[in-house]
Amino acid sequence: MKQEYIISAYSENHIGLLNRMTIVFTRRKVNIESITASESAIKGIFKLTIVVNDEKEKVINITKQIEKQVDILKAFYHTNDEMIFQEIALYKVPTKALMETDQLEKMIRQHNARILEITPEYTVIEKTGHKEETQELFNGLTEYGVLQFIRSGRVAITRSPIEKLSEFLIQRDALLAKI
Amino acid sequence: MTAKEKETKRSKQQNVEISGSEAVIRSLIEEGTEIIFGYPGGQIMPIYDALYDYRNVLRHILTRHEQGAVHAAQGYARATGKTGVCLVTSGPGATNLITGIADAMIDSTPLVCITGQVASPLLGSDAFQESDIIGISMPITKWNYQITSPDEIPSTIAKAFYIAATGRPGPVLIDITKNAQVGKFKYKYAKCHKIRSYIPEFPVNKEKLNQAADLINSAKKPYLLYGQGILLSRAEKELKQFIEKTGIPAAGTLLGLSAIKTNHPLNMGMLGMHGNYGPNIKTNECDVLIAVGMRFDDRVTGNLKTYAKQAKVIHIEIDPAEINKNVKSDIALLGDAKRILKLLHLLAEKKKHLSWVNEFKDAHEIEMKKIISSDLNPETLGIGMAEVVNKVSELTNSSAIIVSDVGQNQMAAARYSKFATSRSHITSGGLGTMGFGLPAAMGAKLGIPDREVVLFVGDGGLQMTIQEFGTIAQEKVPVKIVVLNNRFLGMVRQWQELFFEKRYSFTEIFSPDFVKVAAAYGIPGQLVNKRKDLNKALQTMLESKGSYIVEVMVEKEDNIFPMVPAGASVSDILLCVNDIKSSN
Ligand SMILES: Cc1ncc(C[n+]2csc(CCOP(=O)(O)OP(=O)(O)O)c2C)c(N)n1
Repeated sequence: MKQEYIISAYSENHIGLLNRMTIVFTRRKVNIESITASESAIKGIFKLTIVVNDEKEKVINITKQIEKQVDILKAFYHTNDEMIFQEIALYKVPTKALMETDQLEKMIRQHNARILEITPEYTVIEKTGHKEETQELFNGLTEYGVLQFIRSGRVAITRSPIEKLSEFLIQRDALLAKI
Repeated sequence: MTAKEKETKRSKQQNVEISGSEAVIRSLIEEGTEIIFGYPGGQIMPIYDALYDYRNVLRHILTRHEQGAVHAAQGYARATGKTGVCLVTSGPGATNLITGIADAMIDSTPLVCITGQVASPLLGSDAFQESDIIGISMPITKWNYQITSPDEIPSTIAKAFYIAATGRPGPVLIDITKNAQVGKFKYKYAKCHKIRSYIPEFPVNKEKLNQAADLINSAKKPYLLYGQGILLSRAEKELKQFIEKTGIPAAGTLLGLSAIKTNHPLNMGMLGMHGNYGPNIKTNECDVLIAVGMRFDDRVTGNLKTYAKQAKVIHIEIDPAEINKNVKSDIALLGDAKRILKLLHLLAEKKKHLSWVNEFKDAHEIEMKKIISSDLNPETLGIGMAEVVNKVSELTNSSAIIVSDVGQNQMAAARYSKFATSRSHITSGGLGTMGFGLPAAMGAKLGIPDREVVLFVGDGGLQMTIQEFGTIAQEKVPVKIVVLNNRFLGMVRQWQELFFEKRYSFTEIFSPDFVKVAAAYGIPGQLVNKRKDLNKALQTMLESKGSYIVEVMVEKEDNIFPMVPAGASVSDILLCVNDIKSSN
């Protein structure tokens, strides 16, 4: 059964790595729903967060292929409920619409969104949340004419107390000491 | 020189600045490189210039095409177990390596390929002979890296050799911009011993090891499949001891051949599409399947849905990504084959599985009657490929390194060569690269000069890299070349005959007189048309000191059997053409 998975891959060295990673997906014709690169809590270690929608077997296989890349320290895969995650969306609507009706302001409030900037021509609204939530607001706003819309890649954090990688690094360094 | 003098000389050397190019050469020497296969050009000239001063230390083989260089480096690596080295220029020089790199990647061959690149300020400007070789080679290298500054050279080369040869070996590419080649820096070399993000070999899981031993000890019909992992981890002795103690029959993949000698009583033959009858059908009859250093390629498994479903599978493998990739294992033992077999040997009980082994022998009798005996003693007027291969095996007393190209010649060579020692069979397995054979044979001979190297090649494949006759002649590499000329792209013609109603679409191929072509390069040889002349010709070839070519005109429309048609189950292996007709 296809479902959403979040793959997180860690690396100390990221030159060209993004390319190597995406090749793993394109070669298997797996679509990357979103991708985010960021520093991790551990100094010098970068984290790539990739969202895919596929069968578990395939996701496991891909995670292993990613981990096989020499510069990847470790790759994990998670289902959505194993992680806390957010995406951020920005919407640009005509300010006129905001002025003409209070429905729009109500909608922004109901969705826990906020206004970032108002100019005479346009207003920029920001909302963080899961895709369905940011999408729902988008659907609501279309009535008033959305001039621009963008949604970020997913950022995610595990439900376990520390970065899973920390445990891994302890084991890894012990293993390396034996080589 | 005393050790101390040597040390001071060394430290003095370390304090002088040298060019990046000289650093490349000195780093290669530090890594034990003996031979470089290469081809010069504009963006690699500084390194070639540095090589000139070291030409008595480092042998350079000028091939006639970069594809020849990379296949030769592969042949060298496969024969010696060392890392093959290629040196080529940017742009077309670099892209000409691609087929060989892809071949080395899928067949786990350690290579370090060094490509020249335009100066770093020109990167991305579509400069003359600039190509994004890092981008191009990314999916087919184990690791690649672009050097833009000379001080990166020693550590990158050290890392490259470490990555290429450890764990599951593979090709590595280093792209060096011209400014890094000419820039000067203080050279210092240190070998690479570890990389934090890369564990070449995981420690053995003791619990799983015990589970595997229990499973093996309680098996009634255990069956072991060995792959190239045995050669790569040098586990030939451990494999032999393990099967001898446990009495387990074994069969090899195409790349695993020669890991145990062909006539070992527990060696049942070859797996795969054109492998032996018993080894294929018994896969679906065994109760425990022990796969060592092999990756369940589709040419071995046939239809996965019907592959070894009745068996418990133990997969011994160094590459975590291979576990459960094609065949789900019940016990996966991650790690080095040699280490694991050694440990398993201690835990395994001494056993004999006589009646089970006899089942293989019965299957062999069937194959003998239906295929082998007529392959070896054909009733046709024309010579068969199998006869030729068999004759070479007899005349060399199975002592030669057999290299093959791709197609029917490859399958005949694999099926009918007998091997007495390890690393005696070199062929392009995973990629099936036509044109691999001639340069690979040359590389193998350069690596192991005191062994006879015999190449079997088709009339099609030979013409893909025939230019390497030039290299063989110039460098006087005494490889023995046997052309099996059927005037067809034989293997494709076979498929057309069997699965496309004999519609021979563009598989009939004209060839020059190969003996004459070789003669033009100064390589002697002879043409064999009649069976009665075969023995003598091969003898002359084997007695000749230099390289020699025998072109054998073989039967035009012979087929290789048995055959597991693509996508069929290994139990539905076909023994003859009529089997196909009846299964259709
Ligand atoms: C580079 C390349 N192109 C095409 C093929 C497809 N192919 C596989 S076998 C074969 C026929 C080979 O003919 P030949 O070299 O004459 O050998 P034979 O099968 O007759 O022994 C072809 C074309 C291939 N394996 N490699």
